[in-house]
Amino acid sequence: MTANEQKTAMATTLAARDLTKVYRTGEIEVHALRGVDIDFYEGELIVILGPSGSGKSTLLNIIGGLDTPTSGSVRFRDHELTGADESELTRFRRDHVGFVFQFYNLIPSLTAEENVALVTEIAKRPLPPAEALGIVGLSERRHHFPAQLSGGEQQRVAIARAIAKQPELLLCDEPTGALDSKTGILVLEAINQVNRELGTTTAVITHNTVIGSMADRVLHMADGKVAGIDENRERRPAAELAW
Amino acid sequence: MVIRALDRKVVRDLWHIRGQVLAIGMVVAAGIAALIMSLSTLEALDETTDAYYERYRFGDVFAWAKRAPQSVESRIAALPGVRSIQTRVLRFATIDIDDFAEPVMAEIVSVPSGRQPVLNQLVIRSGRLPELAASDEVVLNEPFAEAHRLEVGDRIVAIINGNRRELRIVGTALSPEFVYALGPGALMADDKRFGIMWMEQDTLAAAYDLKGAFNSVSLDLERGADTEQVLQQLDRLLERYGGVGALARKDQLSNWFVMNEMEQLRTMSLILPTIFLVVSAFLTNMVLGRLVATERSQIGLMKAFGYSRTEVGLHYAKFVVGIVFVGSVIGIAVGTWLGLVNTRMYTELFRFPLLLYRPSTSAMAIAIGVSLAAALLGSAGAVGKAAKLPPAQAMIPPAPAVFRRMRIWDTRAARWLDQGSRIIVRNILRAPMRSLLTMMGVSASIGLLVLAIQWKDSLDYLAESYFFRGQHQDATIGLAEAQSETIMRDFAHLPGVLAVEPMRIVGANFSAGPITHRGSVTGLKRDAWLQPIFDEATRKVVPAPADGLVLGTVLAEKLGVSVGDTVWVEVLEGRRPEVELPVAALIETYIATPAFMNIDALNRLLKQRPSTEYVNLLIDRRDEAAFYAKIKELPLVSAVMLRRAAIDSFYDTLVENIMVFITLFSALACALGVGVAYNSARIALSERGRELATLRVLGFSRGEISYILLGEVGLLIVAALPFGCLLGRGLSELMAAAFQTELFRIPLVINAATYGLSIMIALAATVVSALLVRHRVDHLDLIEVLKTRE
Repeated sequence: MTANEQKTAMATTLAARDLTKVYRTGEIEVHALRGVDIDFYEGELIVILGPSGSGKSTLLNIIGGLDTPTSGSVRFRDHELTGADESELTRFRRDHVGFVFQFYNLIPSLTAEENVALVTEIAKRPLPPAEALGIVGLSERRHHFPAQLSGGEQQRVAIARAIAKQPELLLCDEPTGALDSKTGILVLEAINQVNRELGTTTAVITHNTVIGSMADRVLHMADGKVAGIDENRERRPAAELAW
Repeated sequence: MVIRALDRKVVRDLWHIRGQVLAIGMVVAAGIAALIMSLSTLEALDETTDAYYERYRFGDVFAWAKRAPQSVESRIAALPGVRSIQTRVLRFATIDIDDFAEPVMAEIVSVPSGRQPVLNQLVIRSGRLPELAASDEVVLNEPFAEAHRLEVGDRIVAIINGNRRELRIVGTALSPEFVYALGPGALMADDKRFGIMWMEQDTLAAAYDLKGAFNSVSLDLERGADTEQVLQQLDRLLERYGGVGALARKDQLSNWFVMNEMEQLRTMSLILPTIFLVVSAFLTNMVLGRLVATERSQIGLMKAFGYSRTEVGLHYAKFVVGIVFVGSVIGIAVGTWLGLVNTRMYTELFRFPLLLYRPSTSAMAIAIGVSLAAALLGSAGAVGKAAKLPPAQAMIPPAPAVFRRMRIWDTRAARWLDQGSRIIVRNILRAPMRSLLTMMGVSASIGLLVLAIQWKDSLDYLAESYFFRGQHQDATIGLAEAQSETIMRDFAHLPGVLAVEPMRIVGANFSAGPITHRGSVTGLKRDAWLQPIFDEATRKVVPAPADGLVLGTVLAEKLGVSVGDTVWVEVLEGRRPEVELPVAALIETYIATPAFMNIDALNRLLKQRPSTEYVNLLIDRRDEAAFYAKIKELPLVSAVMLRRAAIDSFYDTLVENIMVFITLFSALACALGVGVAYNSARIALSERGRELATLRVLGFSRGEISYILLGEVGLLIVAALPFGCLLGRGLSELMAAAFQTELFRIPLVINAATYGLSIMIALAATVVSALLVRHRVDHLDLIEVLKTRE
């Protein structure tokens, strides 16, 4: 089977067509996306690369239902997300999407386990919080508050929180951006592990080109457009990465 | 039970900002405490009064006559609606107490030998009731006994019907009939100079030649009896025995004063706490709105996880309920306690022998409901605003506001502003709504302070005007009955007397159209000066007109008459003449609802030769002692009122009591002030922690960033001062307008010092809050703040 045939055989988890997004900040108009087409396939790990302001975060936000496009359409499996109202988007996020943010965004007043529970309590078929923390190797630290954890640990809690609901789509926005390379690799390993073991379609935003080699596909973005898509014949293990 | 993670967040977040929770709680508590204190006091006093009256069988009707034979008693008892009757002998007497130079008066009331009367029973505080066997036994009312340190076993001398009699004190007592023991013509109770004495019925009757007769009667009516009809029939029965108009309980002197005091308290209890609650609700709303707004990114995060708007709203509702709960607990505790303090004070003032107190549950429900609603609305607005944004936007701070370069920055005046000051001014201008709200909050607490503190100014003004400008006599002598005006010459010859003026006061009903007012007419000479007709509006003496009435405006308004209209006057004494009189002039008064006419015209109306019942005197201080000594010996004297004593008791009772109330309110206003100032600064720190840390990193000192943060709050507070003073004036006007009883009108006076004090208190509250926040600024963790995402 050729790569193309293989792709068509794989089910599409999410399809975005001709997305545009215009922000108005005060008197300035910013065109963050200028017509983006992209498909996410079932179980793949896709890395979105691009410099600051290329529109990667905006794309991820719209795909994850955190924001709405100015025009264009987004389809998740059989659901049309375009034009979905607030409560439909909320349901979409609650049932299907896990998020990991650059700055972890843990609730400081909750312990690691409680931060995970925050999500599992409203999920349909969640993992027990302790198990999710086990996957990212933090079973021992589950009663610690965010302030008592290192940056890498906090980010792994955030990953545990994102995967505990067993989402179909895991979206990570610069998950290693605030971490040193050693810690960053630990976090990437966790993401890789989740993608392989749970088969979660995963998108990772980064401006670190090295990370691209651990993906199935690499999406290059520039100036609000897709500049190109590379396919890796082979995914490099996260442990082998170095920057 | 599993506690959900979100609920844990609520509890931990509340604990984390406990300082602020406490500060907002104080604001909430102030409003709640004010209402609970006031309504609890009011309800407790209402219930206590009712219970006291009920238990000691306070009469429903009171009447007086010159001498009614005992046979009339059964005829009165047979009147429809009368349940029980108590006849008695009642007289005024002069008391001679060693070591007390001034004359002392007492009202002597008869009681049956060794047992309680049917009505108006005594609360025996020590000793026992007087008995027939010994004719010199007397029971004193407790406050009078205490004022003179008299105890059971002591002896006092009374001039009874012209004879000096030595009496033995066998007991002290209280009575529902004399909660306010007022001497004739007195406006304030003065326990040193006026007392109540109870003596055995036959003994007293014998002393006053009233054997087989009575001169006072009290009735207890059946439920649903027509009081007006009983009064009329009683008047008719007693008319030929010199009756002077029966009174219903509501017009009975002591009760009327008690009720007026309650009315005054009721007004204060409704207006002040309402203003408080509204202000506290407004502040709660504002503060919580801002506090929740700082949670914007967490709201975005929760939404990113798939929490719905309702769930997020509910989460913050719990948060807010937690804060209001803290405030409510404090408010209920403080309000209940202050209510008890306040009620105790009134119970002592009224000398109620019992005290029924429980915190008002309706006050709690209202106060907590209002506070909660205000808090929820405030947070709902902020949650709604944050939740409406797409989570991606909510999670990043609001886009920098558009700062427009204003021409003002180019002016020479602006150039001396350093960077810090520019940041302050620009921040204020950038968020005009928020700045305005902070100013309004501060203004509100200053306004409340002014409102509370200005009471003293108003009362001082009232006293000054009423007692010093409106009166010049040193003493007013009441005579047992009207005497020919020739008696004036006798008084003029007493030692030390510099001037003498006659005065008559007769009970009367005033009617105009359907409205009738029971009051009295005061007759004065045209050129009266010692206790003249004094108009508070012009602060001038008004001469008594040849004919017609001069009415106080409150009475005129009640009757719906003005100058030129006529009033039907029914005199309740002597031959009970009725006459229609024109209203010659209206005057403004602060106390009571007086009606004046020319004393000569009044005497003509009564078909009496020129006579007088009261004598106003101006006395040379040096001869005071000799004057008092002489007065004590005069058999005709039934009352002696000293202006100085009246002023003292005005300050001792009224002012002191109101001041306790006001002090409590001032304390609550201070709590509000601290709450607002602290929260404003503290929330500003949450909102701008990152910006300030950045400035620190750039090399600004702690002092400089404190200046930027606190300077903004400080500038707003200073700008709010004049508005606070204006608001205080407005609120005081509102209060003065609402605070009008037939007994008192409070003039609106606010001294400059009051504004000054309010401002000082507000500034002190600000400084304390600033120091607390400054402590936090000093410990700002630079790395931590900068590490987190903006």
